[in-house]
Formats: sequence, structure tokens, C-alpha cells
Amino acid sequence: MDLAKHWRQKGARYRLEGQRHRTTGEVRFPARPAALGDDPATWEPCTLSGKGEIYSFSVLRQAPEGFDQATPYPVALVKLAEGPLVTAQLTDCAEADLAIGRPVEMVTRRLKDTGEDGLLVYGYKFRPVLQ
Amino acid sequence: MKNVYIVGTGATPVAEHYTRTLTDLALEALRAAVAEVTPVVAPGNIGALYVGNALGDIVAGQAHLGAFLASAAGLAGIEAVRVEAAGASGGAALRQAALAVASGAHDLVAVIGVEKVTDKLDATVETGLALATDSDFEAEQGVTLTSQWAMLMRRYMHTYGYPAEAFAPFPVNAHTNAAANRGAMYRFSINPDKYKKAGQVASPLNMLDCSSLADGAAVVLLASESVARELKSRSVRLAGSALATDRLALHDRRDPLWLDAAQQSAASALKQAGVAPDDVDVLELTDPHGITAALALESCGFVERGSAPRHAADGGIAPGGTTPLATAGGYKARGDVGGAGGIYQVVELIRQLRGEAGAAQVTDARVAFAQCLGGVGATAVTHILVNDA
Repeated sequence: MDLAKHWRQKGARYRLEGQRHRTTGEVRFPARPAALGDDPATWEPCTLSGKGEIYSFSVLRQAPEGFDQATPYPVALVKLAEGPLVTAQLTDCAEADLAIGRPVEMVTRRLKDTGEDGLLVYGYKFRPVLQ
Repeated sequence: MKNVYIVGTGATPVAEHYTRTLTDLALEALRAAVAEVTPVVAPGNIGALYVGNALGDIVAGQAHLGAFLASAAGLAGIEAVRVEAAGASGGAALRQAALAVASGAHDLVAVIGVEKVTDKLDATVETGLALATDSDFEAEQGVTLTSQWAMLMRRYMHTYGYPAEAFAPFPVNAHTNAAANRGAMYRFSINPDKYKKAGQVASPLNMLDCSSLADGAAVVLLASESVARELKSRSVRLAGSALATDRLALHDRRDPLWLDAAQQSAASALKQAGVAPDDVDVLELTDPHGITAALALESCGFVERGSAPRHAADGGIAPGGTTPLATAGGYKARGDVGGAGGIYQVVELIRQLRGEAGAAQVTDARVAFAQCLGGVGATAVTHILVNDA
């Protein structure tokens, strides 16, 4: 049931913890190991604001296991205020509310149900900012 | 590096083969390919077997396909291995086979592209396909490959000012061509009006702009120059072969509407072959959706950025156009065989280069271009085929 797999992502999933480059200020999400030729000390942890806007989205009707009881649901690429794109579901909205460029904010929601003996997996989704 | 030739091909029809096993399909295609070179070359001369397959473990319930299929073919003992690169598995297997011949390690090798997907329900197949994405940060969010292409389509429409129906010429062309292909799954034509009315699968992608996954196997036999010379009337030279990768996760790319791996592998393969995009007479691309073909046409240098839907609407992808595409029906209408697609592409292009493509024949086709993608273009494999005759 992938207990450790989900537990070790808790910083990213619950708090949008990414990394900031100490020299250039570039922010990336999620955090990742240093690439070849990259000094691990140049990237420091940082928590993203959770604010952003819709880069693109799709409402999907054919879903993988664990998500197939939730269709249709909207997925998006969200352009975060700090720069990176993130892949996430949208929530608390109707399809008609969605448009490229629409401001969104992160909320914590249930991502999937892995079944009777499994886990309820929680993580980030994004909702339109109330105006 | 030595020259490499394609000397034999075979393929099963693409269909929901409920009565047939993965082995059964693979051996039908292999027998057909071997029959093309018999009696000059005996099956016992096959020195190695490369199997391109994406979903065997999770969807067909069978891994270790190298030994599995070599053994089933009566070739136990030879070098045999499965090559996996998601939807690009077939192209990646062909690339490994081409290197084996070019290096001189083997004079005759078989490449099998095979996929058996219809034993499982849709949600399991979607789970298998989504393994090609970043599992922790894409699949775990509930996205699918189809919804990722859909997001690129919406962004493309926003950037260049197209409506969704601007992509209709891609599936319309694929279906028109498939009608003449006895091995295709959907042998009927569609029109832009039907496209406009089709139900959504992953908005803005609708049912007539999404391929259906099905079962099938295709085989090519590769040979060195000495073997090919004995079979020269049927041989086609594999003049270029290149595999490139991009950042796996879509959200990690600086410009998501540019398929960097497609560009790199195409440029490298064309350079090896000593040809330019303008020299290509007929092509096969990964085209489960119009947007996929559009981005590949642009990234590979066949058309300008932002112009692919217009190019298709102007007849550019029809058999008489400047970039004839999907002449056997493509992923959409021939049927989407997952990781086997890269081998089906080559089988079709060999038909074109031999002048055996019937109603979809491109006049005087001499140079052909095959490119298959894995995931949302995170792997791209390009092959250039040239008929020297």
C-alpha cells in the first residue's frame, strides 16, 4: 500500500516545499537530488506560496485506478507565482469557471483512495481564487 | 559503422484479438517477415531478437519477453532482450537492433513490436500508460497521457488562436487512409462535422481525436550488407537512426509546446542519412491525437511553429501533400498498439518504398521518415529509410 512512498513526499504534498538556487534565486518544485555537475549546496529548501495561475487544463473522463470513481475531474498545469509549473487537479470549481490565466491557490484535498485496505492519500490541489 | 538494411517485414491486423495470445500475435508477424527472405535466409541464421513492448508486465501479465518470445519461436539460445521506452519501445528496440548489425556483432536480427492490452479493463490500461509519466508528481495527481496532450492542445489553441476543430484534418486524413488498409482497426471515413459533434474524452480532445489502444504485433528483419545483397530486390537501407530524450515531466520543460527530443532525434537521423526534411517523401509520426502530430511536424522542422493545423487543412498531410502522414491510418485509425507502434510505422513505410501501398501510395516514394514518441515526447526515436533501387 505504498505507505513510505507517500509519507516521504509529505513536505511537497502538504506544504509545496521546493528548492531555491542560492545564487540565481531560481525556484524549482519538487525538490530533487543534485544533477551531475551541480553542487548540492547551491539549492536550499523553500516553501512556495501556493499562488499561481492556470497555464492549461483538461477535464478528463477516462481515469486510472484509484481515480476512476471521481470522473469527470479537471487537471491542470499551474504556473506558480515563484516561476515553476506544477501538475495538479483543480477543485471547488465547474468547468465553465476555468480559463487559461485564471488565478488559483493551493488547498489540501484527498488525492485518491487506494481501496479498503489501502491509504487515503492527501495532497495539493488548486482552486480558483475567490474574487 | 556498417550499413544496415531492412530485408523482411510482417504485421498482424490491429484489433481486439480476444481469442489470441501475445505469443500467437508475435509469431504470426515473425513468420510473415521470415517468409519474405526464405529460402535465401533460414530462420536459424537469426542471431538476435529485440522485443519492443511497453505494457507487458502490468497489462499483459508477462515480463522477460526476450527469452519468452525467443523460446516460443524455437530460437532459444540466441541473444534476446526486451527494450522498454513507453510508447517509443518499438523504435528503441529497432535502434538497438540497428546498432547490433552496424557494429558487426550480428548479420541478421529480428525486431518484434508487440502489445497485448485487451485482457484488462480501461482503468488498468490507463494506469499502465500513466507509468510513462513522473509517477510521484504527475500520475499521482490523476493525470493521464491523454489529458496531458489535451492540455498542450488547449495551450496551443490559446497561443496561436485556433479553435478545437482546426485539428480535425489529422483524424480525417488518418481515417480516409485506413479505409484502404485491410490491417486497420477503423476502416471508415469521418468528416469535420462529426469531429465537431464528438463527445469529450479529455477536453478539448474528443472521441474522434483520441486513438484506441488495441492488440497487435509487427516485425522487421535487419541485415548486414552481405546478407542484403542476396535479397537486394526487397532491401531498403536504414540510413539514419537516433534516439533522444527530454525532461520526463511536462511541468519541467521550459517550452512545453516544443518537443525537444523529437527535434534532436530527427536532426541527428536526417544528418546521418544526408537528407533534409524537404527530401522526405512520406512519414509516420506518433499521432494518437492531432496535437501530437502537429507538435512533431513543427519540432522536426517540416513546418513553421503554429502552422501545422493550417498545413493539414491545406492538404499537406494527404498522400499527395508535401508531408504525407498516416498512410495506413496512423495511431488513430489503424489502431494504437502502444510500444509496438514504432515497428508498425516501419512496416508501412517499407510498403510505401516498395510501391505496395495501394490507394494511399505516395508517388515515387524513395525517402521515408519514422518517428515514435514515449510519454509526452520524453523519448523520441527517429529512423530514416532509403530505397536505393
